[in-house]
Amino acid sequence: MSTSVSTPSASPPALRAKDDRVKTRSLTSRLLSRPEIGSLIGAIAVFVLFVVVAPTFRQPASLATVAYAGSTIGIMAVAVALLMIGGEFDLSAGVVVTTSALAASTFAYQLRLNLWVGILVSLLLALAIGAFNGWLLMRTGLPSFLITLGTFFMLQGLNLGVTKLLTGGVSSDSVADMDGFASAQAVFASTIQVGGVGVRITVLWWILFVALATWTLLRTRVGNWIFAVGGDDAAARAVGVPVRKTKIGLFMTVGFCGWFVGMHQLFSFDSIQSGGGVGQEFIYIIAAVVGGCLLTGGYGSAVGSAIGALIFGMTSLGIVYAGWDANWFKLFLGVMLLLATIVNLVVKNQAAKR
Amino acid sequence: MSTQTHGSDGARDGGAGHPPNSEILRLEDVGKSYGNVHALRGVSLSVRQGEITCVLGDNGAGKSTLIKVIAGLHQHTDGHLVVNGEEVRFTSPRDSLERGIATVYQDLALVPLMSIWRNFFLGSEMTTGFGPFKRLDVKRMTVIADEELTKMGISVPDLERPVGALSGGQRQCIAIARAIYFGAKVLILDEPTAALGVKQSGVVLKYVAKARDAGLGVIFITHNPHHAYLVGNHFVILNRGNVSLDRSRADITLEQLTNEMAGGSELQALSHELSAPGQTPEPAAALAASRQTGR
Ligand SMILES: Nc1ncnc2c1ncn2[C@@H]1O[C@H](COP(=O)(O)OP(=O)(O)OP(=O)(O)O)[C@@H](O)[C@H]1O
Ligand SMILES: [Mg+2]
Repeated sequence: MSTSVSTPSASPPALRAKDDRVKTRSLTSRLLSRPEIGSLIGAIAVFVLFVVVAPTFRQPASLATVAYAGSTIGIMAVAVALLMIGGEFDLSAGVVVTTSALAASTFAYQLRLNLWVGILVSLLLALAIGAFNGWLLMRTGLPSFLITLGTFFMLQGLNLGVTKLLTGGVSSDSVADMDGFASAQAVFASTIQVGGVGVRITVLWWILFVALATWTLLRTRVGNWIFAVGGDDAAARAVGVPVRKTKIGLFMTVGFCGWFVGMHQLFSFDSIQSGGGVGQEFIYIIAAVVGGCLLTGGYGSAVGSAIGALIFGMTSLGIVYAGWDANWFKLFLGVMLLLATIVNLVVKNQAAKR
Repeated sequence: MSTQTHGSDGARDGGAGHPPNSEILRLEDVGKSYGNVHALRGVSLSVRQGEITCVLGDNGAGKSTLIKVIAGLHQHTDGHLVVNGEEVRFTSPRDSLERGIATVYQDLALVPLMSIWRNFFLGSEMTTGFGPFKRLDVKRMTVIADEELTKMGISVPDLERPVGALSGGQRQCIAIARAIYFGAKVLILDEPTAALGVKQSGVVLKYVAKARDAGLGVIFITHNPHHAYLVGNHFVILNRGNVSLDRSRADITLEQLTNEMAGGSELQALSHELSAPGQTPEPAAALAASRQTGR
């Protein structure tokens, strides 16, 4: 019989001849291929800009304030970044913060319970909202953009409607003198003195969450699955990755972080405005994208989202410290978004070529 | 396992003189419809330990559908799927993997943005440590991935490189190396040699033979009867979702197999057409002629 292919007799293990067309990549090119590199360059540029133009910006107290502004965005942005790496969006990420805060305060207030009960109920609610988003996504196969747009409006309506029904106004009742307020405030909204500078506790929580997310992404099975379901969910499913669980888990993570920021907002003051949170979802997405997450999923980093949030914090406060009209902030934000994504793209292409 | 043949001469002997091996996977009258498309109808098939069952057929014959049912990606709509004597209905690829069935898919291969070693172990990652400190055993995984790929004869300088930066054939090799590494009992390969060069095809065929000699049951899907005949013990031809031929190696020659695959008489007509003098210089004319004869 004639065959087009003959099995080679040489033993394959001996074929360890390195392909001389490919050079081992240098350390710099590896560093440059990290997703967060574009945002790091941007962050340094913004930092230098405001250090030069705004003398107040250089003071430790100002830097602590910048870090605080970064943390309130960053705690959500890290969850949104994980979700985006997993290939999905959550447009309800902004209002779920308000929903959580309203749920905690209203539940405890109406039933005259310890605030921690309300906090727990609110946590369950936030997780349930995330699970609902994820479940509906997996069930219908519709784009997450549409599904979460639906939840966005539903939650917004519920926030306003229920608050109006119970209080007759647009803000929840004050919980300042209720049981558990002091301890909850200590956990979610206290200030810690570090070397004479007051640092808000959310900054520490933020660092913890980013570290946890980075560890999960790069060093656990779940992290591997997150990259896989975002990169190609059909291929991931075919090799046994639990796609449904991973995606639902990611939406629940967004719910959890939304709950956390909601608790922070509630205990920073003692009541909450029912119309809040609208539009914040885009800020979180911008932070994640500036931090190197691909809109198409499968690529990005948790540290990047933190840098993105920090850029946001530096800009929003830097403009004030520099004495500029705060109305320019949105313009700056848009320019930043475009620049960072272009830099990310260029750097990624360059690094791949080396 | 029970075979004493090795490497390429094993490929030539085939299963002719083997003692009857135990059946590891059986399909009985399996049917699968996608809505109103009947991709598979009454397909029966048997896969034995230490044997290679080749599935051949035209484009759209239902080969990929068949393996997706076995791999747990799709569920069959009729008939029975029996693994190790037990009737099963896989609801996810995990179920299938857990029974030691590993698959190389034709269309679902790797995640392009992920690194080589992460792709290699995706879904079956190795971990170390306990409780909250349980983490990926990166070192072990990179070492094993490197070893397995080296065995396949492909050199990748950097396992951290995203798979998307590799050539189609290299990617295919990674998918095959992965399936061979994880395939404990049954190995399914859907057109593994389609994108490969001559040398890599040879390596793959050698590995398919090796997997057989190690006692695995192999389902080898290919368009190439030469490749099939080199290693196969058993040949099944699918035609529009039906089994149109089911023979063991002893009962068929390569020529017959090639003929059957092409639908016998159709091929003769084609060869006649193509060899007709005067028509070859003008491909458009030949095409037009074939269109007319087709009507
Ligand atoms: N997901 C799907 N939905 C609907 N129809 C499908 C689907 N997948 C396959 N089919 C149909 O089922 C039939 C068999 O397809 P299948 O992919 O199994 O063919 P194949 O034998 O693997 O072909 P090839 O040699 O081209 O790979 C085709 O008619 C195809 O159109
Ligand atoms: Mg196919």
